[in-house]
Amino acid sequence: MRVISLRLALPTAMLALVFSAAGHAENRGAPARQGGLEAKLEYCKTCHGLSGQGYLGYFPMPRLAGQQPEYIEAQLRAFIERRRTNPIMFNVAHVLSPSMLTALAMHFRDLNPRPFGGAPRGSIATGKKIFEEGLPEANVPACSACHGTEGKGQNEIPRLAGQVYAYTVGQLRGWKQVRGQGSTVDTSAIMAPTAHNLTRSQVEAVAAYVSYLQ
Amino acid sequence: MHKARKLEVMKRIGLKIAILAIVASAAPAWAGESAAVRNCTWCHGTSGQGFMVAPRLAGQRPQYIESQMRSFREHTRDNPFSKQYMWYAVAALSPHAARDLAIYFATIPPKAANDGDRNLAAKGKTIYLDGIPESNVVSCYACHGPNAEGVRDIPRLGGLAYFYLKGRLEQWGQGYHSGTASPMPMVASHLGPEEIEALASYLSFVK
Repeated sequence: MRVISLRLALPTAMLALVFSAAGHAENRGAPARQGGLEAKLEYCKTCHGLSGQGYLGYFPMPRLAGQQPEYIEAQLRAFIERRRTNPIMFNVAHVLSPSMLTALAMHFRDLNPRPFGGAPRGSIATGKKIFEEGLPEANVPACSACHGTEGKGQNEIPRLAGQVYAYTVGQLRGWKQVRGQGSTVDTSAIMAPTAHNLTRSQVEAVAAYVSYLQ
Repeated sequence: MHKARKLEVMKRIGLKIAILAIVASAAPAWAGESAAVRNCTWCHGTSGQGFMVAPRLAGQRPQYIESQMRSFREHTRDNPFSKQYMWYAVAALSPHAARDLAIYFATIPPKAANDGDRNLAAKGKTIYLDGIPESNVVSCYACHGPNAEGVRDIPRLGGLAYFYLKGRLEQWGQGYHSGTASPMPMVASHLGPEEIEALASYLSFVK
C-alpha cells in the first residue's frame, strides 16, 4: 500500500512542479497584457509617475494628477490627429478607445500627490507676479485669468498647479512647433501669442511658481 | 632620388616602431590607472569596456554609476552577481571615491559590444522607439533618449553587451532591485522573452 502511494506521489510531485513552473512563466506579464483599465493605468503611470505626479525621463513627462479630464481628452485627441506633435504620445493614444480615454482622464482627476518639485526657487516671486498680473506692456495676460487663481484650470483649460517645471518650460518655449499643427484650428491657438511674448526668463519664472502650487 | 626618399621613409618608420616598442614594453594596458581603477577593471575590462557579466562602465552616465554604487552599498541592487561581487567591492568605498571613479569611467569613450542577434535588431528598434501600445509596453526612448545615451541617473544602454542587457531586463521582471524608485520593474513585467531578446540585440549595436 505504502509502495503504491509513493509510486504515485513522485509523478504527482513532478507534475505539480511542471505546472507551477508553467504557471509562473504565464504569470509574467499576463495581467499587463489584458486590455483592462487597471493595466492601462499602470502603463500611463510607468512614465507619468506612480501617482501621476510627473517624471523626468530623457523628456519631462507632465503631471496628470488633478488634471482637468476635458483637457486630457482633448490632448489625447490632438496627439491622435497630429495637431500636437509627439511621436511617443501618438503611439500611446491611437490605440485607446474613446471610452478608455474618458475613463483614464477621470481617474487622474481624483489623484492629488504632492508636486514633483525640483524647480529653481530664485524667481518664484517674479513668476507669481506674472501669474497674477500678467505683463501688460508685453501683451501677456494674467495666467490666473484663465487658469484660475490657484492654477487648477477648468474644462479644456489645463491645471498648471504642481506641473513639472521642465515640462512647462518646454511647452511654453516650443508652443508653435508642437501645438496647433495642421490646418484645423484648435484651442491651443489661444496660448500662441502669450507664449511668444514671454522671454525665456519670464517663462522660467512662471513655470517655477506654478510647479510649487499645491 | 626616388630611392633616397624611400630610404628616408623607411628610416622614419623604423624609428617610430622602435619608440612604440619602448613605450609598449614600459606601459602595460593599465598604465596610469590608480589602484582603485584597477580594482574595477579586473572585472569590468580594460578601460572599463565591460567583460562577461560585468557591464561596460566606459561612457556610462556618472550619476548612474554613483547611484548604482549606492544601491550596492544599501543592498537594494540585489541580483545574485551584485550580491556576490559588488556588495563587497563597494563596501569600503567612500562616497567621494565613488564619485571620482564614476567621473573617471564616464569620460572614457564607449565601444559597442555588437554581440546581439542581427536578425532581431529591427524588431528591437521598433520596441525601443514605439513600445507596444496595444500590450502596454512603454517606449524606452522616452526615458533613455533617442540614441539610448541616457541622461542624469538614467543609464546609457547603447552598446552594452547582449548578455548583460538581457539579464537585467529579466531580473527586473523577477523582482530584483525593487528597493529603488525606478519604473523599471513595471516596464520589464510587461515584456515577454522574445521582446527582451530583441531589445537586448538592438541595443548591443547602438553606438
